[in-house]
Amino acid sequence: MYVAVKGGERAIDNAHAWLAEERRGDTDVTELTVAQIREQLSLAVNRVMAEGSLFDPDLAALAIKQSRGDLIEAIFLIRAYRTTLPRFGATAPVDTGTMACERRISATFKDLPGGQVLGPTFDYTHRLLDFQLAANGEVPEAPMAEANLEATPHVTEFLNREGLIEETTNSDADPKDLTREPLELPAERALRLQALTRSDEGFALGMAYSTQRGYARNHAFVGELRIGTVAVEMDIPELGFAIDIGEVTLTECETVNQFHGSKSEPPQFTRGYGLVFGQSERKSISMALIDRALRWEELGEDNVGAPAQDAEFVLYHGDNVQATGFLEHIKLPHYVDFQSELELIRKLRTEAMDSQEAAE
Amino acid sequence: MLDGMDAETARKSWLSLLAKADEGHVAELLDAIEGVPSFTWLRPPEIGSVMVRGRVGGSGEPFNLGEMTVTRCSLKIPSGEIGHGYVQGRNKDDARAAALTDALMQTAKADDLRNHVLAPLQQQATRQKTARAAKAAATKVDFFTLVRGED
Repeated sequence: MYVAVKGGERAIDNAHAWLAEERRGDTDVTELTVAQIREQLSLAVNRVMAEGSLFDPDLAALAIKQSRGDLIEAIFLIRAYRTTLPRFGATAPVDTGTMACERRISATFKDLPGGQVLGPTFDYTHRLLDFQLAANGEVPEAPMAEANLEATPHVTEFLNREGLIEETTNSDADPKDLTREPLELPAERALRLQALTRSDEGFALGMAYSTQRGYARNHAFVGELRIGTVAVEMDIPELGFAIDIGEVTLTECETVNQFHGSKSEPPQFTRGYGLVFGQSERKSISMALIDRALRWEELGEDNVGAPAQDAEFVLYHGDNVQATGFLEHIKLPHYVDFQSELELIRKLRTEAMDSQEAAE
Repeated sequence: MLDGMDAETARKSWLSLLAKADEGHVAELLDAIEGVPSFTWLRPPEIGSVMVRGRVGGSGEPFNLGEMTVTRCSLKIPSGEIGHGYVQGRNKDDARAAALTDALMQTAKADDLRNHVLAPLQQQATRQKTARAAKAAATKVDFFTLVRGED
């Protein structure tokens, strides 16, 4: 039974007003601009774009400002905005082989065509707080060397040439889209990758880490990790041909995993794949490890009952907007539900005490 | 005059350049062109999204990666040419400027636009791309092997 209760409007309006004031903070401190967030908190912006599933750095920066830096709240805002946009269509699959790489490393081959390019990474920093940043230091321009504008080949291509690694099956079938129809199991690999690329980074990291610690271990090497921009091409019906409609920054991770062979096939390395909007390295590696763990059935491996092998567990619990919606709804008024529980427990207690008295 | 295939390739290339231009840049360059005609909207600027796809393993079957924002419009100039604008992001004026450039590129003003709109856009894109590639190149590891000491 629903009972309409009124009376919260004024309290809610005033709570919103206070929220706005708290968001602004001390007015003696300069207000942040959206452009400052976009440029200087770019990895937070990237995370909001990846998990909000919408590539638009300005919108993601605005969402971060509005949410006071609560990234899940920002992701929620982006997802909500996304639903208001008409969709013009789907692009051609991006060709990551043509990526203008700003970072490209391989943990499996030291000397590979295109080389090991470190890019703007935290990897070799000492993780010591830099108090110069608090003092507003000027940054010297990064050194330059002769630019290589050639496309960098994928590492797996070398292994493919020798037949040492499984080939991907190429097709141009339209993939299922979980933003258009509910995610149902069993989910094919393309649909799983869509769910993983927008899943919560912390959840994905935990799942991937569990495979490394032995819950469905799959012996992953980072065959290649690349970060850079790719052009996005789409067929335009009114033109009758495809044009580039933009450019996105992506992080791609290809893992090379333990062998797999059978009576008919000689042993081969297997693969896991991660592709995420923005510079999102931790997420991309996590995605590749989970992707590989979820492929146990297709590769004829044992289900050892590990969480990362359980598609339902992984895919239904990794979406932080769904999860936070359900989790946080329990703090909203449940007065009537709770009233009936109260009635019930009072009745049970009375009965229990009555029967106890009768027994004595 | 270009024949069909070349014309298509040329148009594809300028539309691709216009789509990726920095915010406000096309409009700024177009403002400096003399005799830009008025136009009528066939489809006023509309903000929407497109679903960006990737491929499993980089080369396999397609999957949905996530959406990006796009603004599009179509217009017609008095001499009859139709221009289409598709630009990344949510800037309606950028879409207008792109569509107007597209229409004018089909007229006698094409050379003027090629030199004063498209060429600067291309230079800007190349400059930005080269600068980032040069910084990446500076972070490329040069391995060297130390002489092993045991023999």
